[in-house]
Amino acid sequence: MDLRPSEQQRAVCDGVSDFLDKEVTPERVRDAEPMGFDAGVWRGLADMGVPTLGVSEELGGMGAGLLDLALVAEAIGAHLTPAPILETQVSLRAVERVDAGLAGQMRAGVEDSSLSSSLALRPARQGVFELVPGGAVSTYVVGLDGEELVCIEADPPGATGLLSNFGDAPLAHRQSDGGSRTVLARGQEARGQFDAALDEWRVLTAAALVGLGSRAVDLGVEYARSREQFGVPIGSFQVVAHRLADVATEIEGAQLLVHEAAWAVDEGRADAAELACMAYLFACESGQHAAAESLHFHGGYGFTLEYDIQLFHRRAKAWSLALDGRTGEFQNLADRLLAGSLAPSGGN
Amino acid sequence: MDFNLSERSERFRGEVREFLAEHVTDDLRDRVRETGTIHDWGLHRAMAEKGWIAAAWPEEYGGQGRDDFEMAAFYEEAVIAEAPLDGLLITMIIANTLRHVGTEEQKRELIPQMIGGDAICALGYSEPGSGSDVASVRTRAVRDGDEWVIDGEKVFTTLAHESQYVFLLTRTDTEVAKHKGLTMFLVPMDTPGIETRPIHTLGGERTNSTFYSGVRVDDRWRIGEVNGGWDVMGVALTFERTETGGTESARVLHEFVEWAREATDDQDRPRIEDPSLRETVARIAIRNEVARLMALKATWVAAAGGLPGVEGSMARLFYATRFQESCSEILDQMGPRGALQHGAEGAPVHGRLERAFRHSAVTTIYGGTSEIQRTIIARRGLELPSGR
Ligand SMILES: Cc1cc2nc3c(=O)[nH]c(=O)nc-3n(C[C@H](O)[C@H](O)[C@H](O)COP(=O)(O)OP(=O)(O)OC[C@H]3O[C@@H](n4cnc5c(N)ncnc54)[C@H](O)[C@@H]3O)c2cc1C
Repeated sequence: MDLRPSEQQRAVCDGVSDFLDKEVTPERVRDAEPMGFDAGVWRGLADMGVPTLGVSEELGGMGAGLLDLALVAEAIGAHLTPAPILETQVSLRAVERVDAGLAGQMRAGVEDSSLSSSLALRPARQGVFELVPGGAVSTYVVGLDGEELVCIEADPPGATGLLSNFGDAPLAHRQSDGGSRTVLARGQEARGQFDAALDEWRVLTAAALVGLGSRAVDLGVEYARSREQFGVPIGSFQVVAHRLADVATEIEGAQLLVHEAAWAVDEGRADAAELACMAYLFACESGQHAAAESLHFHGGYGFTLEYDIQLFHRRAKAWSLALDGRTGEFQNLADRLLAGSLAPSGGN
Repeated sequence: MDFNLSERSERFRGEVREFLAEHVTDDLRDRVRETGTIHDWGLHRAMAEKGWIAAAWPEEYGGQGRDDFEMAAFYEEAVIAEAPLDGLLITMIIANTLRHVGTEEQKRELIPQMIGGDAICALGYSEPGSGSDVASVRTRAVRDGDEWVIDGEKVFTTLAHESQYVFLLTRTDTEVAKHKGLTMFLVPMDTPGIETRPIHTLGGERTNSTFYSGVRVDDRWRIGEVNGGWDVMGVALTFERTETGGTESARVLHEFVEWAREATDDQDRPRIEDPSLRETVARIAIRNEVARLMALKATWVAAAGGLPGVEGSMARLFYATRFQESCSEILDQMGPRGALQHGAEGAPVHGRLERAFRHSAVTTIYGGTSEIQRTIIARRGLELPSGR
């Protein structure tokens, strides 16, 4: 057991974090609203090879595993980065697993022409992928259409297609039968590939929520140290300190779970699907809780648009709403768990 | 990063599991349930024969050089098997402390008894007036030549009724700041003047009040410096960490699911198909995995030579608070039958889950309450200012 990121993982994360610290300021995040997309940020990250990090080296990517991507996604989430990074990573990887040629073209499209790509989280209904994350800006959409796993290439709808939402994310409906349509897989194979892609999305979204939650805790802690009432910093009030300790603890737990889930996917472990579901559910819960508590301890200022914590609070909720009802996800997890014995193995 | 446990630890786990399957019988478990004494001399001696009481110690000190992960596996297996190991755990806190701060004579005389399975110890910190604020203890020790005379009262002296020794925190100076006037002793329980009275608890565990009147002990039973008791406690506390994370909760969840696979509702529908029950299973499984990982992280920090203060507090806080919720939600799923106890007709899983529910109440209290853990996290982890 070793919980330290490798040298290489640290180097990649530091590079991305430096860029994000400089470029993706809260002002930049606000300026990108309501579309939730900043072309300059996207270009910068594409130049660094971030959206294509998970593509294999043969196809011109960096061959990163899901754990590498998860570590990067924490930084992406912490900065509320207005660019469909993880959507692109997940969908490129999904395509590469079944159609390397197309994945290579898509990678070139991302790096040369600033295109992006999305995963439709829900199977198409009557020719429409509904509420696709990144769908308003992505040229490529990968999704399940009936018995087929497809990749659609079409001009993104942009602002006209944007479904305005309080997370200020580039959500849009997309045609599953328009544009140039490539069938990637059929039947069982299509379903299996889609499920694998969705699990990767769960893990990376969870990682982004961990980053978001962790930054939200930091904001709350900083505020609690500096804001004074009754002649003392509010962080010296035990209720404030203890509730912040609770959310810090939850985020720490969520981070461990996300890392384990990503590792399990990379290692092809039998419990990877279970862990991906767990990581997503727990990161949703703890990310939202961290942002809500942090906002609360900003008092009235936390409720104003001037303070940054509201940016986190809105996105924590919105990102957690991406899959159809978390209740459905709990059932999903229960199905996965109850297929096994749930015996307390202790260890692995 | 690598979440694989070591091959060594998994090999040891297998050995421990096999041993416990043989020695922790249903009879033994029944006896523990009835007496509330989380210790069994037969098991303890069998463990001593295996060399497992101080398994983590280097061989030259009578141990087996087991690493932190092997020890984590050992404790996890003990929890799964419900092995009554409080005696072993408490005794090892003291044996470890002696190894660090004891005199050569103390080590030579006491440690072999402890790790040989002949003597166990109780922790005598808490008093009626001193719990979380343990530095405020009032049990007095007054010097009289080469001896000390001890008078006072301790509470929650768990296993005092089985122990050969009590690790006693006393006040030796009332004129200085409270944590500067403390001295630690290891007092033989057969010294005249000690009285033990049982305290029975909600979870069925037995603990005790212990009373000390005119108890005379030679100075050689003093551990550490005179007025250095707080430092000795500091050392002892670092050995108290045997967090097994979600293991107990994982056992409880497993029992619940086994019940749910058999049970039916009023309309004969299998309970296991009920979405609300399934959601409960999913929620508890998540908490258990997180608790397991947090405990592993603390173990990992310790294995790397660090002191997992904040990590340990986080693991404990998370586990304790979530375990309580989980036990309660499990009973909710069982409805009126959830209250049935061992021996009652139709008691789910022989009343094991209602017992877990009763027991869970103590997890946020002993070994440092959740508030104490939160304060550690807030001050040391988040660097928030201290205050009221
Ligand atoms: C089953 C059992 C076994 C035990 N075994 C032993 C043993 O073997 N040896 C031993 O010495 N002790 C033992 N204890 C005692 C245990 O360590 C104490 O119960 C514990 O430290 C809390 O002390 P207390 O019970 O006096 O509660 P108190 O300290 O009075 O606390 C009461 C409440 O006030 C809160 N509180 C206290 N101080 C603060 C603060 N500064 N900030 C915020 N909230 C605060 C607590 O969190 C708690 O909720 C045992 C207890 C139990 C229940």
